[in-house]
Amino acid sequence: MRSDRQNRTPMGLKIAAGVGLAFLHLPLLLIFLYAFTTEDKSYQFPPPGLTLKWFAVTWNRPDVWEALGLSVRVASISTAVALTLGTLCAAAISQTRFFGREAISLLVILPIALPGIITGISLRSAFNLAEIPFSFWTIVLGHATFCVVVVYNNAVARFRRLQGSLIEASMDLGADGFQTFRHVILPNIGTALLAGGMLAFALSFDEVIVTTFTAGQQATLPIWMLEELVRPRQRPVTNVVAMVVVLVTFLPILAAYYLTQDGDQISGQGK
Amino acid sequence: MSVSSSASGGAILAGRGGLGGSLSDAFWRKPQLLLFLMLTPPLLWLGVIYLGSLFALLIQSFFSIDEFSGMVVREFTLKTYGELLRPSNLDIIVRTVIMAGLVTIASAVIAFPIAYFAARYARGRWKAMFYLGVMLPLWSSYLVKIYAWKLILAKEGILGWVFDKLHLTFLIDGWLALPIVGGNSLSVSPTGTFLVFVYVWLPFMILPMQAALERVPTNLLEASADLGASPGQTFRNVLLPLALPGVIAGSIFTFSLTLGDYIIPQIIGTSHLFIGMAVYAHQGTAGNIPLAAAFTVVPVVIMGIYLWLAKRAGAFNAL
Amino acid sequence: MPHAVSFQQVSRHFGAVRAVDAVDLEIAPGEFFAMLGPSGSGKTTCLRLIAGFEQPTSGHIEIFGETVEGVPPYRRNVNTVFQDYALFPHLNVADNVAYGQMIRGVGKAERARNAEAALEMVKLPGYGSRKPGQLSGGQRQRVALARALVNKPKVLLLDEPLGALDLKLREQMQEELKVLQKALGITFVFVTHDQSEALSMADRIAVFNEGRIMQTGTPEEIYRRPKTRFVADFVGSSNVLPPKVTQQLGGPAEWSSLRPEDVRLDAVSGHEARVTGASFLGSATRVTLDVAGEKLNVLLPSGLAVPEQGASVRFSWKPDDLHLMGTDA
Repeated sequence: MRSDRQNRTPMGLKIAAGVGLAFLHLPLLLIFLYAFTTEDKSYQFPPPGLTLKWFAVTWNRPDVWEALGLSVRVASISTAVALTLGTLCAAAISQTRFFGREAISLLVILPIALPGIITGISLRSAFNLAEIPFSFWTIVLGHATFCVVVVYNNAVARFRRLQGSLIEASMDLGADGFQTFRHVILPNIGTALLAGGMLAFALSFDEVIVTTFTAGQQATLPIWMLEELVRPRQRPVTNVVAMVVVLVTFLPILAAYYLTQDGDQISGQGK
Repeated sequence: MSVSSSASGGAILAGRGGLGGSLSDAFWRKPQLLLFLMLTPPLLWLGVIYLGSLFALLIQSFFSIDEFSGMVVREFTLKTYGELLRPSNLDIIVRTVIMAGLVTIASAVIAFPIAYFAARYARGRWKAMFYLGVMLPLWSSYLVKIYAWKLILAKEGILGWVFDKLHLTFLIDGWLALPIVGGNSLSVSPTGTFLVFVYVWLPFMILPMQAALERVPTNLLEASADLGASPGQTFRNVLLPLALPGVIAGSIFTFSLTLGDYIIPQIIGTSHLFIGMAVYAHQGTAGNIPLAAAFTVVPVVIMGIYLWLAKRAGAFNAL
Repeated sequence: MPHAVSFQQVSRHFGAVRAVDAVDLEIAPGEFFAMLGPSGSGKTTCLRLIAGFEQPTSGHIEIFGETVEGVPPYRRNVNTVFQDYALFPHLNVADNVAYGQMIRGVGKAERARNAEAALEMVKLPGYGSRKPGQLSGGQRQRVALARALVNKPKVLLLDEPLGALDLKLREQMQEELKVLQKALGITFVFVTHDQSEALSMADRIAVFNEGRIMQTGTPEEIYRRPKTRFVADFVGSSNVLPPKVTQQLGGPAEWSSLRPEDVRLDAVSGHEARVTGASFLGSATRVTLDVAGEKLNVLLPSGLAVPEQGASVRFSWKPDDLHLMGTDA
């Protein structure tokens, strides 16, 4: 028999997979290196020297703090809205059968299935038509729209694993709808919602395409970075901000991964 | 033992009472009421606000712009769609579709070994590491990823340095001297745009591919080998057809995301426009919303055709 | 004293499917009642109607004399042991058992005491701190039982509770359930598709087929005097004989049932038949005879000589054993 063959990995495949993964990760590692470079006029490699001074410079930049603050506030509110809408939708889809279920799941996925530019420009022209001025809330409106799907995907996956008879068992033991929600449903979908919420936060925190259309003059952190990318003026500060952004988005992703590890996977369709 | 005393009390228990109790009873009697209440907020948000905006945009693509006043004329016309067919605009569409196609093919080629290794050979902790190894780049900041490539592709950046150390700079120069793909430096060439597109969308190809490959039973490959097929023949005749739905599912992402993107070619690339950039330019400074709207319909239609073809190939089972 | 459960012309239709069709049913207080039938026969829907998970399309249901239409499951003093046990995975065994009392606002100390007592009753003392995932199938089944019984329900519903257990465990649980039911005096309504389980455990049995009750009676009645071909065949796999064959065997022109274990093979007297097959079952051997073109099964106790295939034998039975079921059974 050739059971040994199963476990032996062809060398070529190993190398190709390794090179592929390196291709995915090396550019991100480079970001970390550049945050410490002493060079501030060009993207010179290797860095002529290493320094920590740009961290202090960035720390004292009010525009970075302002953009960061706006991003955090937008992401928090959008996540809260997405958690509410996504959970409601997932519960309705999973717990009942009704006409039009398919259409509703399609509707939830649409904002990320369509290119972001379409979502952005339609919201912008709708704001124009309705004469709604750009504000904090126009950004939130756009972000919550495409964040619903990550919460929804995580919640639906968990609802699917939840034994249908658990809810009946709870009602059988005397718990009404609200008590069943509190004592049975919530504890069982809690980690999925937490994971979905973290992913929604990461998604909103990083979003730039829709935001350019709904932000007006305000700058979220990605908008701030985009301006730096188009017209580099503060290379060292941008380097530091880029590194911090990588770290800040890694944490919720890792947390979400460990929260959903037993069984369902984080939906990769989030972006 | 207290439990063993015989049943007592009536067959119907008193309710919890209060608002919660009576609401709960009402929901139990009329499940449709609960369903209605659960679905109303998301449907209002997504169905009315979001779909409404999309339709408003679609309608505007049937308006036109007055060439003298620059004002939008709100009358039904196909004139704006006619403008799409101008050579300069057709160029943009063709360029974008070719780029999306090339990016998709390159992603599939690079993704295959990773997905195949993760699906077939990685076990336990290695599997988790592979999964995170794809998820982290997928979820890390889009702009930071582009920025990283700006660092890499800059003339004084790491790629130039590596080639210089290997005394191979002439290779880059030769490549950049080529027509169409070349340019002044990698970061302002179509090659650069292509590389960044592939990098940014690659994880979206790996995940569905891996999911499809994991569903190919190992014994099929062994059966093929038993029947005398060489590894190459097994790959071509057994593995590839079975993995194809995953490739198509992944390609939906890479293709669609490339079609709609306007930031990557703006930062790394030439001054030639892509569909996304055209949309952005027309709605912004030019104020030609109808033409911008008509341009957004293009990727939607292309994706519609693509999805229809993919559906016929059974790609959606792998999503 | 009112019936523990009474159905009057109860129907439950799902679209065109008549899951339960005009069922009349009366279950006495303290009775161990089994609903027996093949899958899809409506027995589980009847159980769900009692629990309150389904509402009747028409008809009237009473539990201990009280009308329960429109009463949600959480207000019915009835508890269920689910087929898949439905233990809450996020709670430990003690909290699972105490769930009903927690909802009713019983104090923490008291419900912990009651939960432990209930666990003792199902022979799982000291298991309270484990999670359901750490238990075997049989143990989960006992926890589900304790979780229902701790609330002292007026009626306990059991939905194929032993279906997932292996044979030995199942026989042991059957015995224990019976003892428990007699000790507690609670009305048990037990759904099963296993006729031997129903026969051995129940005080009375209702046999279901296609949404209707075919026959209600004690196990003895159901087994000895089936009213229809379906009951005769489903309960104990009797030989169901068409009128023509009944007549040939000396009876009237009616459908009849003849239990395989009631037939004796006899060398000298009785009807003649040819042996077409034999299979060894352990405690007995099943011999198949050909009687005027009809197949007739005979159970031959172990130790008796088994006739050869193709051999000609004679068989007989006691007059009472040929049970007549009328002309249109």
